[in-house]
Parts: sequence; C-alpha cells; structure tokens
Amino acid sequence: MATGHFKDGIADNRLAPETYADNFSDLHPPLDHHEALVEADRCYFCYDAPCMTACPTSIDIPMFIRQIATGNPLGSAKTIFDQNILGGMCARVCPTETLCEEACVREAAEGKPVQIGRLQRYATDVAMEEEKQFYKRAALTGKRVAVIGAGPAGLAAAHRLARHGHDVIIFEAKPKSGGLNEYGIAAYKSTDDFAQAEVDYVTAIGGIDIRNDMALGRDVQLSDLVQSYDAVFLGMGLGGINALKADGEDAKGVENAVEFISVLRQTGDLAKLPIGRRVVVIGGGMTAIDAGVQSKLLGAEDVTICYRRGKEDMNASGFEQDLAAANGVTIRHWLQPKRVISHNGKVTAIELEYTAMKDGKLAGTGELLTLPADQVFKAIGQTLVPAALNGSSASVELENGRIKVDAEGRTSMAKVWAGGDCIRGGEDLTVTSVAQGRDAAESIHRAFTSNGRA
Amino acid sequence: MADIRNNFIGIKSPNPFWLASAPPTDKAYNVERAFKAGWGGVVWKTLGEEGPPVVNVNGPRYGAIWGADRRLLGLNNIELITDRDLQTNLREMKQVKMNWPDRALIASIMVPCVEESWKAILPLVEETGADGIELNFGCPHGMSERGMGAAVGQVPEYIEMVVRWCKQYTRMPVITKLTPNVTDVRKPARAAKAGGTDAVSLINTVNSITSVNLDTFSPEPSIDGKGSHGGYCGPAVKPMALHMVAEIARDGETRGLPISGIGGVTTWRDAAEFMALGAGNVQVCTAAMTYGFKIVQEMIAGLENWMDEKGHRSLDDIVGRATPNVTDWQYLNLNYIAKAHIDQEACIKCGRCHIACEDTSHQAITSMVDGARHFEVMEDECVGCNLCVNVCPVEGCITMVPLEVGVLDQRTGKPVSPNYANWTTHPNNPMAKVAAE
Repeated sequence: MATGHFKDGIADNRLAPETYADNFSDLHPPLDHHEALVEADRCYFCYDAPCMTACPTSIDIPMFIRQIATGNPLGSAKTIFDQNILGGMCARVCPTETLCEEACVREAAEGKPVQIGRLQRYATDVAMEEEKQFYKRAALTGKRVAVIGAGPAGLAAAHRLARHGHDVIIFEAKPKSGGLNEYGIAAYKSTDDFAQAEVDYVTAIGGIDIRNDMALGRDVQLSDLVQSYDAVFLGMGLGGINALKADGEDAKGVENAVEFISVLRQTGDLAKLPIGRRVVVIGGGMTAIDAGVQSKLLGAEDVTICYRRGKEDMNASGFEQDLAAANGVTIRHWLQPKRVISHNGKVTAIELEYTAMKDGKLAGTGELLTLPADQVFKAIGQTLVPAALNGSSASVELENGRIKVDAEGRTSMAKVWAGGDCIRGGEDLTVTSVAQGRDAAESIHRAFTSNGRA
Repeated sequence: MADIRNNFIGIKSPNPFWLASAPPTDKAYNVERAFKAGWGGVVWKTLGEEGPPVVNVNGPRYGAIWGADRRLLGLNNIELITDRDLQTNLREMKQVKMNWPDRALIASIMVPCVEESWKAILPLVEETGADGIELNFGCPHGMSERGMGAAVGQVPEYIEMVVRWCKQYTRMPVITKLTPNVTDVRKPARAAKAGGTDAVSLINTVNSITSVNLDTFSPEPSIDGKGSHGGYCGPAVKPMALHMVAEIARDGETRGLPISGIGGVTTWRDAAEFMALGAGNVQVCTAAMTYGFKIVQEMIAGLENWMDEKGHRSLDDIVGRATPNVTDWQYLNLNYIAKAHIDQEACIKCGRCHIACEDTSHQAITSMVDGARHFEVMEDECVGCNLCVNVCPVEGCITMVPLEVGVLDQRTGKPVSPNYANWTTHPNNPMAKVAAE
C-alpha cells in the first residue's frame, strides 16, 4: 500500500516525523548580533526616508537602524513601538518587499535593499526578550472603551487607549487572542507561539481586559455596548468566505483556505494533520500562497494554485510567488473554477475554464481543463458578515460590503470607530490594521478630551 | 610598460613600496614573507642599544576606530621598539639582505641621545649590509618618556645634533623620521637638513586615545584599567600626512630634500598621491597589518596601470608633480566659480545632499519638485562648497562643474571673469596691495 507522499486521498503522516519541524521552521531566521550590525551599517540614514514614507505605520526606520548600529537596541525598539506596538509581528509578516524595502534607496542603487524587516525583528526581539515595557499609563480617566476583536487593529487600539489612561475591554470571538496573527498567517512566519507572546507583551501595559469566546452579535450586541461604554472600536476582521460559484463545491474535500490555516496553526503535531495527495488552491492572494506552500510542507505530492487573472494581477507579492515556486508549488494563471468533480461525495478533480480579457473584462474562453484533486482550498477573499452588526437600533453604514469610516476611523454611528480588515479601504495587511487601530484610538482620545470631559 | 623601479637616495628597490618600521618588520620570518609577496623594501623594526631588551606590555597594544562595516580606519599602538636582543636582529638582517640583494633593507635606530650610543651602534648595523638607516625620532609613546623617539623629534636642535653624529660615524645614507606631534613640521625637517640628512620620512604616528570603555571608564587599549596615549596611524591620518609632506616639499629651505612618504597608504592611489606631492617612495604599515602582505600586489599593479594609462614612464615622471599646485589660501583664484551638478540618472534619492545643504550649509538643493521627491541644485544659491559631493553615497553622482568664462553666475548676477584674482588684491582685504592704476 502506498505511503507518505503517494497515499491517495486525504491522509496524515505523509512525511518522516522529523521533517515537520524543519519544514515549518522560521522563514526568515533572526539576525544574530553580528549580522544585525553588518546590515545596519548599510543604511544611509536618508533624509525624509522613502522607507519611512512607505511604512503604513510611519516607523522612523533610519533612526531605529542607526540605534542598532550604535549599540542601542532597546532605544531602537522604542522607536519602532512608538509608531507600531505590534512591530514584532510586522517584522515577521509584513510584505516588506512591497513596502519599506521596495522603497529603500539601496534597492534603486543595487537591487539589494537594507533588510529592514529583519533588523526590526532584531530590535523588537531584544526588547521583548527582556520584557522591557516602554510605556506607562497616563492618569486614569475613568473612560471605558469596548473593542471588538483582539487582532492587530484591536490590540493596537487597545494599547494606545490604555496609554492614554482609558480602560479597555476587548471582546474576542475566538478562544485565543491575536486574530489573524494567531489563526491566519503561515506557521513559518510566526514560530514559537510568537502571536501569544506579543499579546502578552502588548497587554502588559495594564488596563486591557480581554474576554475570549465573546462574539459580536452572539454574546454582545453593538447597541448594548454603545449604551454601556464611552466608545466602541470595531476591529473584528472578516468572518465570511467568498464562494467559488462552481458547481458541486459542497463536496467533501472542498475547504476554506483560512479555515485550513487556522486549524494548522492550532495543531500541535503537524504529522497528524491530514492533507490531500493532490491539492488545488483557488485564488491569487497571500492566503492562497500560505495554503499552497503549507500543503506542500505537509507532504502533498502535487499542489497547484489556480488564479483567474495574470501574474501581475496577483495580490501575492513577487516574493511570495517565488516562495511558492521554491517549495514546488505550481502557480497557473488565467484559470477559473467551473465545476467540482466528486465521487461518493468526495472531490476527485476540479474542472477549470481558461480565461482572457475581452473588451476590458475578464471572460471565460469556453476551453476547459481538469486537474485531479483530493482537496480543494478556496482562497478567493473574505467578506464582512454584517449580521454581527445587527442588534443596534441605528445600523452602521457599509460601503462595498465593508464598514464605511472617515479619515479618523469614525463610522456613521456616534461613539463607534472601526479599523482593520473590516473597514472600507482596508488593505488586508497586519501593518495597515495596526495603523488604523492606533489612529482610531487617537481619535477616540481626542473625542474624550476635546469637550473637556476627560 | 611603466617602470616603477625606485632609486631613493641611491637605495634601489624594484618598486617604491616599503614596509615601515613596525611590527611587520620585527624579524626575518615576517620580512621574508613580505619580500616573497613582492614588497620593494623594508625598514626593520627599530633597534635599541645593546643590553637588556625593551619590554612591552602584556595586554592589548592596539586600539582602533572603524567605519561602516567595521572597516579599520585608524589604528593606535603602544608597542615599543623591538623587544628582541640586538644581536639576534642584526644576525637576521644580515641573512635576509644576503637572501634578497635586490630589495631595500633599512635599519631603524633609536638609542639614547648621547654621542657614544650612536657611535657604538652604527658600525654594528653597517656590518649587516643594510642599505641605510632611519633615525626614529617619531615614536610618541613610552620611549619618548625616556628621552628618545618623539622627545628628540620635537626639539630641532637635538635632531640636527644626532643627524650630524650619524653622518659622521657611518657611510650609510641617513633617513630622518619625523613626528607629526609638532606645530610646524618644517622646523624639524629644516633641522634634519642642516644636520646633513639624506632624506626625511614622515609621518610617524600621532598622539591619540582611540576610545574610552564606558563600562570601566578606562581609555583603550586598556591595561588593567589604565590607558596611555598611543601612536595613531592608518587611513585616518593620511590627509595630515599628505599636508606635512607637501609642506616640506614646497618649503624654501627643504625643497628638493628626498622624502619617504608615510601615513595611511592603503592603495596604489594613496601611494601615487604621496609621490605626486613630493615623496620619492612610500612606506606602509597599517594596510599590511589589516590585510596581510598580499596587498602590495594591488599597489604594484594599480600604480603601473595608472602610469601606463597616463603615459608616465618612470617614477620620476610623477614625483613632485602636484607640489607646485599646493599654495597658500591667499593665492587661490577667487574668480573661479563652480556649481554642484546632480546626475539624475545616478541619483538614488537618499536626500543626504539636500539635508546637509539645508541644515548646515546654503539651502541650495531641492527635496521636492512638482510634488515628487527630486534633488536638484539651485544655482542661484549654490556657493560650490562641495559638501553635497562629499556626503553623497554614489561616487560620481554629484560633481562640481566650473562655470565657463563669461557665463552668468546666477548667485551673484555677475559673469565669470576671465582674470585670475586672489585675496591679496581683493577690495575687501584691508591689507590688499593696490593694483596698478
């Protein structure tokens, strides 16, 4: 009977037991002291640095790198945390190749940017290992803010509010905090339970009370929160999954990529996590890459990502696409799902249709391709579940399916702010969510103080 | 093919690259390796008088400063002259000279400032077959506390006296090594010349403390919590050395006195610069101590290549070529006008030129043009100071472009004059010499 890679269907233990730890080790291992100094020396300390402009949280990158170079890693960490209290996770998961490192002048000069992300990790690791807390809470104001979701936006908002002396109660639907940092990112980007360590580090400031297994719309209602708190921040992310719109997608083996990743992240012994021999991932974003690569790392023999548009249209960065290729994942373009083929209720193949641009619109060409598959992952985007917002007398206005906010993060509803993936204009990036949570907190703080109430 | 054979005061070597008197030349083992690598000559580590050898500290002897990527820029040392027995050194010198007759071998000497001491050691050195002697009047630490080294080099009368003794008691050519730890290096050079020296060599090392340990508050290098000033050398001292070489080369009293150039020579280019300012050859130490003896091969090939490209056939074609161009500030042409120019193709938009100019100079470089990050020189503000060139990380990106005669200087609103005019005749100079009516 076939074993390992070649076991048919969906099966566990495809690899030798010792392989899993290797496969899921740190994608970008930390820089050691010497490496950090060598890399820090490469920074030119640019004026009005393009890297800083490219950072959604506007971290003073030249300054924190100079602080590393001058033997002041704690000062460096503070420079980072001043702008981004989740600087540790962002150092690990930011697509730096499309943000700070793309803007680095050494990218223009030599095609080799300063490794800003890894330097940021170096500095934040030093501070977090020493459990160094840089911020003390201001005098308590007596104000209470309800935050929905303990993900990047919610944690960033909570920390900034707590700093200003307000008390924060976070309602988190999942049993663990961290949001996508805990449940949604590829395991090799956040090793050693870092998401939880970071939640502990952020909440150590005090005044932040996280209540897990408390979902908005189920356990708490927005209308009640607005009544009993001075302000509410919505940072619950996107709970819904887009459908394939392909026939037969309810067959066994057709799964949501985010769910797969979530389960994987919570699995202690990855050898016990079943994976298909042949896996097809539908989608073109980071989630598709994360699902595809991790399927391969779990021992799938053959993994194909199918995206309905071209390479340049993919949301996944060039680096992520290369990562997939390096791990033996095939990425195919101009293919959209048409029909899931199943046998005895289990998926056996997926039928796809070739696509092309016709008169500026994407259209099927009618030509078909069938790929054998034991498992199909849907990674075609997530949606806001507006039902959770119901229960309030006045509803929160949406735009294009997400919460509409102004430049400060204020929703259409009084006393309610929002940020992160759930808002219109969210970039689905951890770092953007952090910026929005932080800025909404400042807006809330201004609202508290502007009329002399605090 | 350029001929880089060197004839320095009659001492011949296949190239102008000598190793300076220092740790790399302390014994036959090192010197043999140096000659194998291609060095043209060595100045053997300084010999002291017969008797119990000198002792060194048993902790760190060197301190340093570094540039980016921990490139060594400056090295400081508190090592003394050779701590080996005089006879051992003499025996090895004789053997090495026999093994390498085509290479220059110079004996560096430091003995007490009394005639008998010099009279005693000179015949011993002469017997080794050494090509010449170098008088160590430069060592700034340790030995100077005992009245030798820089303690002699800082008193022109002593220099003249000792040089005279040496010229009297040996037939060997005499090179007088000067200390930079003086206010005017021309004075000791003149004294050496008055004593009859055949050449001077400079600079010896500069008094220095490289750093302070902020845990123990001890200067570095630290010996049991204490530090003493050491002698500083390496790339960081090169500009000071070039200046001192030029001063001696153009001084009315010492003009024409052969100079062996020392101080931070690291590449062929450094060597060529020393020679252009008047050095007949160069001595190297820190570069070898940083990278090993092999670097001489880059120096030889680089010098030959440059000379071939420029059509210089021998070292005589280049030695002293820049000396006439060293002048006093008051003679610089105030009608010469240059403006910085930024090559937009080469610019990587780091903005350092802008912030340097904006914060610390003349507000003459843009940071934003039409809403885009763009660095461009505003000629109506640019005084041509060259700071932007010096802070730009891309070589050749910013250049200083002289304005042609007759072109309007947008800063002053006046056309560039064809005439040379300097401070001595400038109307703002109260001491100006009145030009002929």
